[in-house]
Amino acid sequence: MDYFLTEDQQMIQDLARRVTQEKIVPFRAEFDEREEFAWDIMNNLAEMDLFGVYLPEEYGGVGGGCFELCLVVEELSRACGGIAISFAASALGAYPIFLYGNDQQKKKYLPQIAAGKKLGAFALTEADAGSDAGRIKTTARLDGDQYVLNGTKQWITNGGEAEIYTVIAMTDKSRGSRGASAFIVEKGTPGFEFGKKEKKMGIRSSCTRELIFTDCRVLKENLLSRAGMGFIIAMRTLDTSRPGIGAQAVGIAQGALDEAVTYARERVQFGKPISSFQAIQHMMADMATQVEAARALVYMAAKNIDSGAKDISKISAMSKVFASDVAMKVTTDAVQILGGYGYMRDYPVEKMMRDAKITQIYEGTNQIQRNVIALQLIKEKAKGK
Amino acid sequence: MKIIICIKQVPETGNIKIDPETHTLIRSGVPSIVNPLDLYAVEEALRWKEKLSVTTTVITMGPPQAKEALKEALSMGIDEGILLSDPQFAGADTFATSYTLSLAIKKLMPYNLILCGKQAIDGDTAQVGPGIAEHLDIPHLAYIRKIEEIDQKKGTLRAQRLMDDGYEIIEVKLPALLTVVKEINEPRLPSLKGKMRARKADLPVWKAEDLCHEDEGFFGLSASPTQVKTIFAPPSKVNVEIITGEAEEISQLLIERLKTQKIL
Repeated sequence: MDYFLTEDQQMIQDLARRVTQEKIVPFRAEFDEREEFAWDIMNNLAEMDLFGVYLPEEYGGVGGGCFELCLVVEELSRACGGIAISFAASALGAYPIFLYGNDQQKKKYLPQIAAGKKLGAFALTEADAGSDAGRIKTTARLDGDQYVLNGTKQWITNGGEAEIYTVIAMTDKSRGSRGASAFIVEKGTPGFEFGKKEKKMGIRSSCTRELIFTDCRVLKENLLSRAGMGFIIAMRTLDTSRPGIGAQAVGIAQGALDEAVTYARERVQFGKPISSFQAIQHMMADMATQVEAARALVYMAAKNIDSGAKDISKISAMSKVFASDVAMKVTTDAVQILGGYGYMRDYPVEKMMRDAKITQIYEGTNQIQRNVIALQLIKEKAKGK
Repeated sequence: MKIIICIKQVPETGNIKIDPETHTLIRSGVPSIVNPLDLYAVEEALRWKEKLSVTTTVITMGPPQAKEALKEALSMGIDEGILLSDPQFAGADTFATSYTLSLAIKKLMPYNLILCGKQAIDGDTAQVGPGIAEHLDIPHLAYIRKIEEIDQKKGTLRAQRLMDDGYEIIEVKLPALLTVVKEINEPRLPSLKGKMRARKADLPVWKAEDLCHEDEGFFGLSASPTQVKTIFAPPSKVNVEIITGEAEEISQLLIERLKTQKIL
């Protein structure tokens, strides 16, 4: 399927494909088994300028957008969803700065993230505040020219490995979600520590930790936009980054489909390759159709965001919901086609199935995303659109 | 300091097919790549560029499409590239090729170091690197697995040469030519910004008339003392017998067969 990529986009896709084939495919099983953060590969991606594909040149990027980011995430995910999310989570940490930072904040932090010299991370979720993000308990109290942060963030991707964190904390509890604010906090700031590394079902080469703030003082100039904007910043960031999770899901699904077709052509039962049986053919046909439909939706959502569209919540949520459900279905079917072999860790599809599951959960569960889509539909009707 | 790297564009051997009639390589549809061993030479130049003040120039001789090979080197970080391309150069053997390259290198004087891959994966001769050094009358070291030191003040270089049973440490006066083996480093992948720069790069093409030579007929086929007469796949002389059956049974059969052949 030709998506009429520009010369630059084609180049980005080719490079991401090359690094995936040469550096990720041979080692992904080891990283998964050892639950090891793939620093070598992060450094490869950095040297290749891929961390800056979505940022403008003035901040050290190459001038692409959400679409270019999706192209890279998709390619990396075809081999390893864990490595892909470590890469993508850096962008998630950078987006609030890019979207809401002042010039000084952008100039200070974005070039380091674009060069891959430092990783970014985004911290919203807490133990008692997941889908109900308005209930976060982490506080930031103004004391002179500093904010004092207290609280614990949970399940933060790149936690401990990243250097630059965007953290959402309450500056005024009485105002509910309108009392949240966003701060840039650097690793090494006194009072900022990390909890244990979580043991996960999938995306095991990525690193997930708690962030623990104990009287952690950050300068007032680390506040993004103004106090009270935290929730808006978080929601806009997630709306912008969500197609990236869609792209991760498309990549995982495509990887699983590729493995399934390759296997079906080689596996002989009843004297014939199993690809000659209609039962298998129809499964493969459905898988391929779903992957292509998911890709088309993710690409259009990303292009819509890059065009500067204002109402992006619905399309962004749709792309994530659809692609992640496809990824779960297609990886499950890939394991089915590989049969007993598919269930063994000697083949990559069981890892893909484990990796796929998280795409239905994080960056807003698919249930919450459906709420967003439905709410938007009702609002649009009410406005007479 | 100036490092010159000589590279060659070769067919990707992973997909190579031989014409069963003519026994020659089917080139159409086969993608071209930079000779993999030459990428180690490119990488080594880039690593010294990161350590010392070095300018890097990559040259290749070949048809116009060999510009792609130069662009690959540029996208990895090499400063400039020059293509030597002229119908007169066609059909050159290793002698004529190394002579042509040496003339181009003379035009690039002064230089300190020339790096080449050990050999190309298509011809497999390992002669062009040393041949260039002979034409230029400079020292050369082949099979280098590590450059230990470059002393710019003394104008010397110390390197490890891979041997069958270990390695030698050799010091050489610059300018010199080195051919490198894959133990020397791990070549980087091209970068996005490198690729964007390479796309816009102006790559000069030098023809025969741009190279200062004494006489006519010094290039290509006519200047080549050796010629490839035919290429063929040697006919299989081995009779292959495939033993089938249960593992225990066939392993017994195999041992008996090896015993009768007096191999065991």
